[in-house]
Amino acid sequence: MDLIANHITHRFGDLAVLDDVSFTVGAGEVVAIVGPSGCGKSTLLSILGGLLQPTSGAPELRGAPPADSLNPLTFVFQDFALLPWATVEENVEFPLLHTQLSAAQRRVLVEDALRRTGLTDFRQTYPKQLSGGMRQRVGISRALAVKPAILLMDEPLSALDSQTRELLMEDFVRLLADGGMGAVYVTHNLEEAARLADRIVVLSRRPGRIREVVTVPMTRAARGEAAAREKLLALQNQIWSLIRNEAIDAEREVQHA
Amino acid sequence: MLDRAATDMAAKNEATRPVRFRGAGFVPASSRYGGWIALALVIAIWQAAGSAGLVNALFLPTPSAIVRAIYQLAVSGALWQHLSASLLRIGVGWLLGTAAGVAVGFAIGLSRLARSVGITFISALFPIPKIALLPLLILWLGIGEEPKIATIALGVFFSTAISVYSGVDAVPRNLIRMAQSFNVPFATIVRKVIWPGALPAILAGFRITASVALLLVVSAEMIGAQYGIGAFVLQAGNLMQTDQLLAGVVILSVFGLAVGKVIGWLETRLLHWR
Repeated sequence: MDLIANHITHRFGDLAVLDDVSFTVGAGEVVAIVGPSGCGKSTLLSILGGLLQPTSGAPELRGAPPADSLNPLTFVFQDFALLPWATVEENVEFPLLHTQLSAAQRRVLVEDALRRTGLTDFRQTYPKQLSGGMRQRVGISRALAVKPAILLMDEPLSALDSQTRELLMEDFVRLLADGGMGAVYVTHNLEEAARLADRIVVLSRRPGRIREVVTVPMTRAARGEAAAREKLLALQNQIWSLIRNEAIDAEREVQHA
Repeated sequence: MLDRAATDMAAKNEATRPVRFRGAGFVPASSRYGGWIALALVIAIWQAAGSAGLVNALFLPTPSAIVRAIYQLAVSGALWQHLSASLLRIGVGWLLGTAAGVAVGFAIGLSRLARSVGITFISALFPIPKIALLPLLILWLGIGEEPKIATIALGVFFSTAISVYSGVDAVPRNLIRMAQSFNVPFATIVRKVIWPGALPAILAGFRITASVALLLVVSAEMIGAQYGIGAFVLQAGNLMQTDQLLAGVVILSVFGLAVGKVIGWLETRLLHWR
């Protein structure tokens, strides 16, 4: 199943946020969206996931989702969005409660999702008892439970410390390795984008327009090797040079706002 | 360079002194028994002053006289007669007001139409002291139990509706968007996200409405009732039976404390995740 951004434009009142953004995320492909602060990255993701109606243009799907997918477009949120009154297990089961699945079928899916994210021993724990990294693992586990075709990840690591970010990035690489699941990964961190994405969509300063789409010239598996580091660093520098001046302007604009 | 080394050496030879601790205070922790000890002390001083004849018993009877009065009321059966009348009014009035308040509060919290209409009416009617409506309610409903119950229900309704829609408004929007992103139906979002999210504010509202109900039942019974703690306190006052009057006040205080304990228990049970 492909996800298509078809000439998406969006305004909040008089404020133009996105201007004619078009690209396609193919099945199993990981596309990162980067750009200066306030360029509309998160807004674009909300539009792609059907949580916000664009002013013009539309998000579209092409092809059928996998037969077992219960929620083809599934978000992983920056702030985790966990139900504080529910245990880890209940949080992961939450999106399955309204489906036609029996309790036994739900249990199988929850068990599998908890196992894949290393949360089996924390099933009865409440979110407030967990670290930020573990909370985001619960968010990922909840997303995996519905077997998504495409994960929509809105700066999923930005609220975490650098060590936890590194650990979770390894988890993302592992989860997306087999190509069974695609992702749109919104981030301001160019290293994360270069590490995870097949293509990087670079947006301009607000209103966000596509400045360039950069293809990462190596497989995700090869990026862990020492020889790849130099190439990835060069890629990050290339993208940074595209957005540096606009990022400085955006920063000044935010400070004066 | 040599000057710097000499300075460092001189500093090393000086005696050390501890850094003064400046982080004390502003962490008020309540002592487990402090409150009870203070209460016992006040009662003991009160009793001693009364027994020594320093205070006229007509104006302020001793604690032991109040306890005796409560015992006599219990033995005679008058306590249960008055208490049951008040409890019935509070119970029915509170339940009716709470049910309507929760329904209207949720409607205001979830529906644009209900919000625009409901908030206007609530803003206009909430400030009215509900006891002022009792004569009107007596005209409408007669002189039986109904106007007293309706007065309590009205008082409870407005506070409940406000606390419920404030609680619904306070539910983090990101949780609702999360549920929507999983295609969770509206009714399930209300049941599984909004209701538990609003519950802390709703229970806090129950604390307020319990006090409102107690205040209104006493006021209503003082205006027009034969039985009830409010009527009893008023009669005792008219007859200068201050020990009986204060017995009624103590019973009201104990009732208020008991309701507070029940709500506290509910909070512990239902909000254990906080």
